[in-house]
Amino acid sequence: MKVLDRTREVMRRDRVFDFMMPKVVFSPDLDTRHGPILYLEGVTVSFDGFKALNDLTLYINNGELRCVIGANGAGKTTMMDVITGKTRPDAGSVYFGQKIDLLRMSETDIAQGGIGRKFQKPTVFEFHTVYENLELSMAANKQVWHTLFARLNGEQRDRIDRILELVGLVEERHRLAGVLSHGQKQWLEIGMLLMQNPRVLLVDEPVAGMTVQETERTAELLTSLAGEHSVVVVEHDMEFVRSIARTVTVLHEGSVLAEGSMDEVQNDPRVIEVYLGE
Amino acid sequence: MLLAKLYQQDRGGSFLLMALLLAAVLVPVLNLWVPESSPLHLSTYTVTLLGKYLCYALLAMALDLVWGYCGILSLGHGAFFALGGYAMGMYLMRAIGDRGVYGNPELPDFMVFLSWQEVPWYWNGFDMFWFALLMVVLAPGILAFVFGWFAFRARVTGVYLSIMTQALTFALMLAFFRNEMGFGGNNGLTDFKDILGFDLQADSTRIGLFLVSVLVLALAYLACRYIINSKLGRVVVAIRDAEDRARFVGYKVESFKLWLFVFSAVLAGIAGALYVPQVGIINPGEFAPLNSIEMVIWVAVGGRGTLYGAAAGALLVNYGKTYFTAAFPEIWLFALGALFVLVTVFLPRGIIGLMRRGKDRQS
Repeated sequence: MKVLDRTREVMRRDRVFDFMMPKVVFSPDLDTRHGPILYLEGVTVSFDGFKALNDLTLYINNGELRCVIGANGAGKTTMMDVITGKTRPDAGSVYFGQKIDLLRMSETDIAQGGIGRKFQKPTVFEFHTVYENLELSMAANKQVWHTLFARLNGEQRDRIDRILELVGLVEERHRLAGVLSHGQKQWLEIGMLLMQNPRVLLVDEPVAGMTVQETERTAELLTSLAGEHSVVVVEHDMEFVRSIARTVTVLHEGSVLAEGSMDEVQNDPRVIEVYLGE
Repeated sequence: MLLAKLYQQDRGGSFLLMALLLAAVLVPVLNLWVPESSPLHLSTYTVTLLGKYLCYALLAMALDLVWGYCGILSLGHGAFFALGGYAMGMYLMRAIGDRGVYGNPELPDFMVFLSWQEVPWYWNGFDMFWFALLMVVLAPGILAFVFGWFAFRARVTGVYLSIMTQALTFALMLAFFRNEMGFGGNNGLTDFKDILGFDLQADSTRIGLFLVSVLVLALAYLACRYIINSKLGRVVVAIRDAEDRARFVGYKVESFKLWLFVFSAVLAGIAGALYVPQVGIINPGEFAPLNSIEMVIWVAVGGRGTLYGAAAGALLVNYGKTYFTAAFPEIWLFALGALFVLVTVFLPRGIIGLMRRGKDRQS
């Protein structure tokens, strides 16, 4: 039956074959006339019957700093997986700007096209120096043949220096990324995202396991990035969320429970029920 | 100037190149111009043996390129080596002409023996040396491309990939054992007479083949080193250490793996093509899974992720093999197994790692 269903899906009359569609072009001037840069509408993802995302509708505005909170299993990480192309939803649509349908694109295309993602666990290239980590992440032609002959030019060196300064790793530039402290790795990873010139930064639990000072620095860093980039932060640490958030979205069982400023959200009876009911 | 820079950045590599240069000068002199009565004389048997080791060194380097730098543990590189060898062997078969045992000008001996009437179509063109050389590159290259295209696209990694490569070489071995395949069945291809008109038994041809092996090994080392030092090399190592991150940074991981794998397979094929005229035979035994596992041991013993370490490991283990199989033939396999266990437990970075550690302590 599965084959039949698939054939039916492919032959549906109301849609165009993927290969017939015009190729998606990521242009630097993304169409965000109506405000939002990311549109998630009616997104549903289920794993063996369990609905990780249930008809989720969420808009992220251009240049805003948005915090997404929710209990474990509320679907925060799955949401990021859907946006970055790692998981394909069963239903719904995900648009980047007005025109770009993210569901039709591969992970690498999405990453190159301007959506950067930081994982929960810091993942950097441990056997490369900090400088090389940033070099590798830089937006550039990333085809095999081109990388074989690639050389850094002056402008690119300047960019790496700027980012090194921004994330505060100038002193560590020639150290191996593997020997950095946990907090420094997190910043390096954010720096790696920035090297890709992203429009949207998806940041998964940036301050988990950080000291108080490191948390403060991270808050500063993320706030300074908003405006030029849209930043989506998923976090458990309420103190941290309060210190940076302007708009907070609460996820519960795969859909949006409440949205608004931190105070509004905290006083929302449904949020209180869900959080205190546990 | 270029060499000075190379020496500064890459001591081990320049040492390897220097040793190769030394061998390229000494071996012909000791073999051809030092009289046989002199104790310094190098027998032609030894020259051929050294040439064989060099082919293994090239093969080990090819394997190190994918295993040491990209984390793709291929247990089937023997297949690419053997395919390159067969392509060269087919040219050498055609070069025999009517000097075979049956004296048939058209058909190689084994086809006469199987009472075939004509040469199968896929033997066409192998009477031309350039065509054979092309096939030495294409046959392993295309196999690696097709295999890698499917495997890397489906994101097969780790032990599953190793098992698949092992199955690949095993399947090829079974296929090449069959007489119907038209590659000489279990006897393989042998009884070669000459290459490009030079008598294969002559000392000067042996020396020539040895020198070509030296040259190819040196060039291959420089090519691999160039790849590893380029941004491509850094991407490949990044894929080894954090594949997901590399993908989200925007690299098409499967393409990088695929091209590196194909390049490595081609190097292995070239090693096979140099091996066959020196050894004088190619048979399906070269496809045996055990051979491919042995190669991994060479690389592990030498120290993976260094290129020259792999070459050194291949030379060392094969010298050990020659010695042991002559002196104590029964215990060779046990010695090999013990060596692998010892190296994995005590020298995770091989002999090169041991030498580096010693140097760090001194300073």
